[in-house]
Amino acid sequence: MAETSFDIIVVGGGPGGYVAAIRAAQLGMKTAVVEREHMGGICLNWGCIPTKALLRTSEVFGLIKHAESFGLSVKDVSYDPKKIVERSRKVANQLSNGVKGLMRKNKITVFDGTARLVGAGKLAVAMNDRSNATLTYKNVILATGARARNLPGLEADGKLVWTYKEAMVPPEFPKSLLVIGSGAIGIEFASFYRTMGAEVTVAEVVDRILPVEDEEVSVFAKRAFEKQGMKILTGVTVSNLKKGANNVTATITAGGKSQEITVDRVISAVGIVGNVENLGLEGTKVKVEKTHIVIDQWGFTGEPNVYAIGDVAGPPWLAHKAMHEGVLVVEKIAGVKGVHPMNTANIPGCTYCQPQVASIGLTEAAAKAKGLQIKVGKFPFIGNGKAIALGEPEGFIKTIFDAKTGELLGAHMIGAEVTELIQGYSIAKTLETTEAELMATVFPHPTLSEMMHESVLAAYGRTLHI
Amino acid sequence: MSINILMPALSPTMTEGKLAKWHVKVGDAVKSGQVICEIETDKATMEVEAVDEGKVGQIVVPEGAEGVKVNAVIAILLEEGETEVKAPAPGQAAAAPTPAPKPAPAPMPAAGPTPVARSTDRPATSGGQRIFVSPLAKRIAAEKGVDLSAIKGSGPNGRIVKADVEGAKPGAAPAPAAAPKATPRPSAPAQPIFTAPGDKRIPHTAVRKVIARRMLESKQTVPHFYLTVELEIEALLAARQAINDMARKMGAKVSVNDMVIKACAKALRDHPECNASWAEDEMIQYGAVDISVAVATDRGLITPIVRNADMKGVAQISIEMKDLASRAKEGKLKLEEFQGGGFTISNLGMFGVKEFAAIINPPQAMILAVGAGEQRPVVRNGQMVVRNMMNVTLAVDHRVVDGAMGAQFLQTLKAYIEQPAAMLV
Repeated sequence: MAETSFDIIVVGGGPGGYVAAIRAAQLGMKTAVVEREHMGGICLNWGCIPTKALLRTSEVFGLIKHAESFGLSVKDVSYDPKKIVERSRKVANQLSNGVKGLMRKNKITVFDGTARLVGAGKLAVAMNDRSNATLTYKNVILATGARARNLPGLEADGKLVWTYKEAMVPPEFPKSLLVIGSGAIGIEFASFYRTMGAEVTVAEVVDRILPVEDEEVSVFAKRAFEKQGMKILTGVTVSNLKKGANNVTATITAGGKSQEITVDRVISAVGIVGNVENLGLEGTKVKVEKTHIVIDQWGFTGEPNVYAIGDVAGPPWLAHKAMHEGVLVVEKIAGVKGVHPMNTANIPGCTYCQPQVASIGLTEAAAKAKGLQIKVGKFPFIGNGKAIALGEPEGFIKTIFDAKTGELLGAHMIGAEVTELIQGYSIAKTLETTEAELMATVFPHPTLSEMMHESVLAAYGRTLHI
Repeated sequence: MSINILMPALSPTMTEGKLAKWHVKVGDAVKSGQVICEIETDKATMEVEAVDEGKVGQIVVPEGAEGVKVNAVIAILLEEGETEVKAPAPGQAAAAPTPAPKPAPAPMPAAGPTPVARSTDRPATSGGQRIFVSPLAKRIAAEKGVDLSAIKGSGPNGRIVKADVEGAKPGAAPAPAAAPKATPRPSAPAQPIFTAPGDKRIPHTAVRKVIARRMLESKQTVPHFYLTVELEIEALLAARQAINDMARKMGAKVSVNDMVIKACAKALRDHPECNASWAEDEMIQYGAVDISVAVATDRGLITPIVRNADMKGVAQISIEMKDLASRAKEGKLKLEEFQGGGFTISNLGMFGVKEFAAIINPPQAMILAVGAGEQRPVVRNGQMVVRNMMNVTLAVDHRVVDGAMGAQFLQTLKAYIEQPAAMLV
C-alpha cells in the first residue's frame, strides 16, 4: 500500500505546483503532487516551452530568409510542418521527463489523478487508472492552473477554431489565419505563423495590441508587425464565426461598420479562466471570484490549511509568478524566517514574438496616473553597436524613474533578445537601486545590455551614444 | 600580524550578546564574507561574516558564552605565513566596561552616485556599525531627514527598504542617549533559585529584557527622590463633565488621565528646567513637551508618546491616547511613537492604588505616579467635608532637578488640576 499521509500535498504539477513540492521536500516535509495529465503542466507541455521551440524555428527561418543581408546564399528553402511540430513536442517531453526526475530525486510521491477536497485534511483522488485513493494532508496547496477562455460565439472547436493547444500541433500550417486577442499568447502565434508565411490578421478589442504593455511598445510592435505583412485591427469585435468545409468566415465590427473576412483557421486567445471546478471547494471557506481563488499575501484561502498559488489564484498569469508564490507559501507554512510576500511590481513579463517584448513595473501612463513626477529615458537599438552587428536595429529600451527619489518605477523593452535582458532591471528593482547605482554599473561592450545603461543615462539627459 | 575578530554590534542599542554558535574551528581557513559564527541578542540571532582572510588561530570566546561585550575579542585570525598566535589575546575580561556604541550616522550623499563599497573597505568595527539599507531607502531617508540608525529593517536579513523609511517621521531618532554609564550587568541572583517539579521556566521575551535592563539601570544609576501631593479634583471632574458634553461630537471621551497629561504638559512648559535630561557634559533641555504615558500590555510595559501635549486640546489628547494605547496593545506602535519623550505619567488609580513611587524612565528626569481618585474627608475652613481627592507622587532625578524645583513644578501642576480653567489662560 502506497503512502497516503503527507505534510504537504500539491494539487497540480505545473510550474507553481512542482516547484512548491520541491521546496517542501527540501525543507524536510513529506510531500506529494497530484497531477491529472502531465508533470510540468500547461507551461511545460502546452505553453511557454513548446511555443518557444516553435518560435525558435520561425526565428531561424526568418534569418534564413534574410541570408543575403549576411552575405550568405541559401537556395530552395522550405520546411516540413510535421518536423517542426515534432521538435517542439520533443522539447516538451524532454522537460516533462526532467520534472518527473526531479520528483524522484526529491522523494516526492506523484499521484496521476484528479484530486478533490473532502473535509478537513482529506483529499479524494480519482486515479487515472480508475482506482480511487484517499490522501490525508497537514496542508494542501491548490495549483490547478487555468485554461483558455471561451467567448460565446467564438468557441473553439479544435478543428477550424483553435485554442493555443491545437495551434501548437497543427497537422498542416494554415495559409491564412485570424488571431482573436493580442495578448502574449495571441501575438506569439501570430508572429510564428506570419514568419512561416501565413496571411495573418490580428483582431483586438481595445485600441492597441499588447494592451498590458507601455503604449509606446504597443505602437512600435504594431508598426513592426505591419512591416512584416501582418494585418492588425484594433478596437474591433469579432462575431459570428461561420464555418465552411475548410475555412471560417468571421464578421469583424468596428465603429458600427462590419466586414467579413474568410480565413483557413482562427485562433481564439481571449484570455483564460481559472481551473476551480470539481475541487470540492463547495462548503469550504475558499472563495472564488471571477473564476479565481481568492488568497491573501501568503497564498492562504481562508479555509484552514488550504492554500492556492499560480494561475488559479489570479493574475499575473505567469509561470515565474507561480513558482515564486509556491516557494513563499511553502516557506511560510514551514515557518522559515524572513519570508516576504511577493511584490507584484517586481514581476517581469515577456512576450516572445519577433521583435521580442519585455517589461517590468509601471508603464509611463500608470506612473502618471499615480500622480508621480517621473523621468523617462529611451534608447533605440539603432544606437547600439551589437544590435547593428546582429542585424537587429529595430527596437528600444525605455526606463521610468521617480524624479524625486530615483526609484526605477518601470522598464519597457522591444527588440531582439530583450526577454533575456529584463532580469537586469528585475534585480535592480528588487534591490531598490536608484539611477545612481545603475549609472555606476559597468555593462560589457559590445552587448545589447549597454542599451539598459544608456536608457538610464537618457532619463537624466546623459546618454552617450545618441 | 594576527587579526583580532571583535564582537560586533548588530544594532544601535546592543551592548552585549550571546555567542550562539561557531561555524569555524581552530585551523580552518576563512575567506572574507564567510559566516564564522552566530550571535544572539535580545532581538535576533544573526550570522557574523569574516571581514578578513586567514586561518583561525584561536577561539577566545567559546560557543554558548553569554553576555559577551561588544568589541571584545572573540577569535584571532592568522594571516598568511603565520603559524601561531603571537600576542596573547586580550581575554574577554579585558574588554573592560566598553562605552555604549553610538549609532553610526549612515553616510547620506545628498545627490549623485553613491560610492560603491570596495571589498577592501572594512566595515567599522569599533564605534559604529554598518547599516544595511537599500540605495532607494537611503535616499528617501536623506530627503526626509530620517535617521536610519533608528529604523528596523523589514527586508532580507533586516535590510532597511523603501517601505521602512516611507512611514518614518523626520528626526525619528532615539532620545539623546543618557551619559554612557558603566552599566553593571544584571547579574545572576546571589542566591541560587531552587526549582521544584511544577515550577515553570519561562524564557525572557525581548521586551521583558529591555524592561529589566532599563529599570535596573535607572534604579542603580539615577538618584531618585520622591514628592507626594494630594490634589482636590472636584473642579477637574466638573470640567471633564462639561468638556465631554461637547467633545462627544468629536467622538472623544476625555478621561481624568487625559486631563492629567494636559496639566503636566502645561506645568512642564512653565518649568522648562524640568523637561530635561542629564548627559555627561551638559544638560539637555527639550524644546517640545512630549509626554510618555505608561501602557500595560500582554507583552509588558510600553510608553507611547503624546507629542506637543502642551499645545493640544484635551479632546485631541484623548483621541491620540486611545489610538496609541490600542495599537500598543496590538504591538503595532512605530519606533518613533514610543522612543523619546521628556516626561512620563504612570497611572495605577484604576486598580485602587492610593499612591506609589514609580521608577524614572531614563533619560527622562521625572515620572509622575498617579493614584486613585476617591472621596475623602478633608478640612475646609475649619469644617470636615467630603471631597474627591487624588494623590500623585513625582519621582525626580536629582542630578537634573533639585528638591525645591521639583516641589515648584508640583505646585504648578496642583494649580492646573485644582483650577482646570487655568489651563486655558
